[in-house]
Amino acid sequence: MQVSMKLEMKDSPGQLVAALKPMSDVGGNIIAVIHQREPELDEDTLNVQIVLELPEGRLEKLVALLNEQGVRIQRIGEERLLYKRTVILIGHLMHTDLSDTVDQIDSTGFAEVCELAMSMPAVNERSSSRITIKAVSKGDMEAALAILRRVSHQKSLLLIEPLEEIA
Amino acid sequence: MMNVALIGLGSVGKGVAGMLAQKDLGIAITGIADSKSGCMDPGGLDIAGLLANKTKRGYCGDQEISASDVIRKADYDALIEVTPTNALTGEPAIGYIKAALLRKKHVVTSNKGPIALAYKELHALAVKKGVALRYEATVAGAIPIMHTLEHGLAGNEILALYGVLNGTCNYILTRMAAEGLTYEQALLEAREMGYAEADPTYDVQGIDAAIKLVILANTIWGNGIRLNDVDRTGIDLLTPDAMRLADDEGCTIRLIAEAIPRKHILRVSPRIIEKNHPLVVEGTLNALTLETDMAKEITLIGRGAGSIETASAIIGDLLFIKDRYVQRA
Repeated sequence: MQVSMKLEMKDSPGQLVAALKPMSDVGGNIIAVIHQREPELDEDTLNVQIVLELPEGRLEKLVALLNEQGVRIQRIGEERLLYKRTVILIGHLMHTDLSDTVDQIDSTGFAEVCELAMSMPAVNERSSSRITIKAVSKGDMEAALAILRRVSHQKSLLLIEPLEEIA
Repeated sequence: MMNVALIGLGSVGKGVAGMLAQKDLGIAITGIADSKSGCMDPGGLDIAGLLANKTKRGYCGDQEISASDVIRKADYDALIEVTPTNALTGEPAIGYIKAALLRKKHVVTSNKGPIALAYKELHALAVKKGVALRYEATVAGAIPIMHTLEHGLAGNEILALYGVLNGTCNYILTRMAAEGLTYEQALLEAREMGYAEADPTYDVQGIDAAIKLVILANTIWGNGIRLNDVDRTGIDLLTPDAMRLADDEGCTIRLIAEAIPRKHILRVSPRIIEKNHPLVVEGTLNALTLETDMAKEITLIGRGAGSIETASAIIGDLLFIKDRYVQRA
């Protein structure tokens, strides 16, 4: 099963490793680790979101191990899609079956359309829509965008992608 | 003193001639040609008089003398080639540049055609003849991108580059975002302001930006890429609704040229970009971010076009050549 958890720990050397070790000890496979430094928090407190694949029945053991390490678990959730990207599509969106376009992403299992805003000026004119996609990992997001690129090309839609953070 | 021959007397050529006449930079113009006439004097030409001729009768010198005559016969150290860009053939500029290099003359150009189409050959010829071929003015106008790459960032590995390289598109997108104009309205306005050509295809379909990307990529990575290798989408199909949808999220849309060799990315396309991103510049400005191994990110912003702005880039190249190669009297 896939689990997402938000952890709070001291921002000092070794803390993150101490939190990650129990996860592999119980046979978990870490999919994503996302640091969040929240301005309202103490400077020496670190929030980390982790997505991991866990064998059934190991969650309780993991929680106990994390508590032993002094890691505070703020939240354990089903919300497993952590990467968000927003794109804009322009063209004859309805005539080219928008629900099919969305379904091509949703049916992957690793990414889904979570928000859609749309503007249709007049019949026969090109419409514009803003689509937000969520995915489990960076790689899955790339795969989802690749699907959207292909579909846009097939349906003669103009796809406007975000400029990625420079990395 | 360094002697130069100036070929092309349009907006850029006039800017260069005017600035060289006005500033005491130790550079004399000993040959000059426009599309209809030419003029040579090893002692230095009267620039003010020639520019007045050009304004009065449409050509500057003697109609019996051609640009080729000036290039082949005039007494000069460096050729300034600023004739209009031909993106398909690069001619007649490629021929002009070769003729000067063969005479072991340095060349400075603002012409994108020859550099995008024949860089490898022209560069090899310049190296063989022991002279410089410089083209700072071909990309991003007054922004000293080539000098930055060559000197300031010497020793850095350039990992990626991202840029707003076409002022016409940036003006249109700025106006669509600010005033809710349609693409057609913003284009008309750009034409009235003199920022767009009668046929805007070259700019709005991203061809101009792609050519500049080709020049940069070849300069940085020597990878021999061509215009057809660039994945290109223009701005002519953008809607005011799309701009508004981006705006709702604190973003806007800009035409971005990007090259990331390790990801095999080479493209020019409209992109959603946060409004406070350094590449979001207003009006006809250009901007360019380089990502390097040591310096990390560096962003340069400046004017991408204009007569005097382009002259700035050309004169920078000329003074580099003068310092590096030409004996001072």
